[in-house]
Amino acid sequence: MSQHVGYSADHRLRWTEYLPWIAGIAVFFVLPEYLSLGARVLTYILFALSLDLILGYAGIITLGHAAFFGFGAYVTGIMAAKMGITDPLIQLFASGVAAGLLGLLTGAVILRTHGLTQLMLTLAIAALCLEIANKATDLTGGADGLSGVVIAPILGQFKFDLYGKTAYLWCLALVFCGWWLIRRLIYSPFGATLTGIRENSMRMHAIGAPVYWRLVVVYTISAAIAGVAGALLTQTNQFVGLNVLGFEPSGELLVMLILGGVGRLYGAFVGPVVFLIAQDFLAKQFPEYWYFGIGLMLVIVVLFARGGILGIIDGLVARFKAKKA
Amino acid sequence: MDAFLSSLVSVAFHGVAYGMILYVISVGLSVTMGLMGFTNLAHGVFAMAGGYILVSSLANAVPFPIALAMSFLIVAAASVVLERLLYSRLYGAAELEQVLFTIGLIFMSVAVARLIFGTLQQPVILPDYLKGQFSLLGRDFPAYRVFLILFSSAMIAGLWFGVERTIWGAMVRAAVDNRPMAQSVGINTKRLFSITFAVGSGLAGLGGALGAEIVAIQPTYPFEQLVYFLIVVSVGGLGSLRGPFVAALLIGITDTACKYWVPQFGAFFIYVATIGLLLWRPAGLFGKRT
Repeated sequence: MSQHVGYSADHRLRWTEYLPWIAGIAVFFVLPEYLSLGARVLTYILFALSLDLILGYAGIITLGHAAFFGFGAYVTGIMAAKMGITDPLIQLFASGVAAGLLGLLTGAVILRTHGLTQLMLTLAIAALCLEIANKATDLTGGADGLSGVVIAPILGQFKFDLYGKTAYLWCLALVFCGWWLIRRLIYSPFGATLTGIRENSMRMHAIGAPVYWRLVVVYTISAAIAGVAGALLTQTNQFVGLNVLGFEPSGELLVMLILGGVGRLYGAFVGPVVFLIAQDFLAKQFPEYWYFGIGLMLVIVVLFARGGILGIIDGLVARFKAKKA
Repeated sequence: MDAFLSSLVSVAFHGVAYGMILYVISVGLSVTMGLMGFTNLAHGVFAMAGGYILVSSLANAVPFPIALAMSFLIVAAASVVLERLLYSRLYGAAELEQVLFTIGLIFMSVAVARLIFGTLQQPVILPDYLKGQFSLLGRDFPAYRVFLILFSSAMIAGLWFGVERTIWGAMVRAAVDNRPMAQSVGINTKRLFSITFAVGSGLAGLGGALGAEIVAIQPTYPFEQLVYFLIVVSVGGLGSLRGPFVAALLIGITDTACKYWVPQFGAFFIYVATIGLLLWRPAGLFGKRT
């Protein structure tokens, strides 16, 4: 876990924090042929940010975060394909609220438990959502997925074009909003209580912090953000399939976040970029090796590089500075 | 009425067979998690490995009993190597690290299984004496399932005798209850754990092999079945033998009944029941309250 980000740290923007946004805008102009992959990466960055908030800062281990992502994706999909509500802003809002409510409901229940029971409950809730989506074929299309998703132009002005330009900028704007919100949260007293609960929940109880309610609130916020990320996925793909729910997407998201670095905010940026680009190049040609690769990488990160890629970079920078001094 | 009765008998019979398989696979997980507090999500990998060993030895005309024994022994031996080389580095580590590490193992094993066996489900070629029907009280039961229930019952009886009546079992129970105390009276808990881990993994391998005909052996096995194994352990309660047994039978029968009478709901009831039960008793049916 990182010690650099938190309430006690300097909350002003460092120069490195501009880099993701410069890179995000540069990609739009320099690599126009990769914009659809870019939109996908941005969607997963938002999703990973939401996981980092509860896992990295509040220390809640979940194997079922995809439940909220998938729920948001289906809410937007069903609105667009079955109910004729095509405005993207309304869809995002509805997905966020719906996923947030699901988060509040399930969070109020699972956060009363600990350890294996909690882990099991997150998994069971995700499995339950998958089962419902699989069986309610009238609404979700079941295993065939939900196609015929129609998305109106954003604010009535910007149409989702064939080259993915609008989709990319739309995702970039929403990742920016999500990042801003989460960064504000982390540097607030609220964020400080979360870190405190992660480090020592007994002591937080002892000093009178409302541990349970803080966790429920952060779980709800995280679920809502994950729901918005799911809505983005539906809007940019104009399709929803069962693969947005269940254990595998939750596991893959964990892999992305761990790869980037947990509890460092920008790990949620680095992880999806590396993971999804590697997946795009490798997974189709060598699916077996790809799966083996992510497994091996997880094992190596856990055993040797607990801070992920950003942890390694931090270590190198520290060593470089030590040499200079 | 008679039709209903016979479907009731059939559901109970197949449910018990499935529950036995679930128990044989999951009991090792319950003990290792209770003993070392290690969250081993990769337990299903051992079951899958056992299944593949059985299926491929049967395809190569190895006799069935030898194939079963091999699935136990090879998996147990391999698990000791894994435990000494990898798992032991993470004893006492944070739960998140154990979770991530074992998810990593799942991904790797899925890839290896796909590379060797392809993505298709493996057919089980049973010997002739286990095919066909077995009639009892005027009803016909599939002979293999009868064998499965009898064999598992015998094994479970053996396991219970081992844990409740032998010195090894007493040491395991002592270590589950209070590890520092067990260590201080001279029990070598490290070696004890290696042995227990091997037996538990071997049983998972055996369970996977026995159940290959019920639970399809395919590369996604460790992912798809994980929920069921974890439900058995968490509903039953960590570190106990009796709890997971009751839980496994309950799940086996409920799951079979739901698939028989209300297939449109799938596994819906199992998940709802699990969530409800864990809220009622967070430590499981027979778990120690902490």
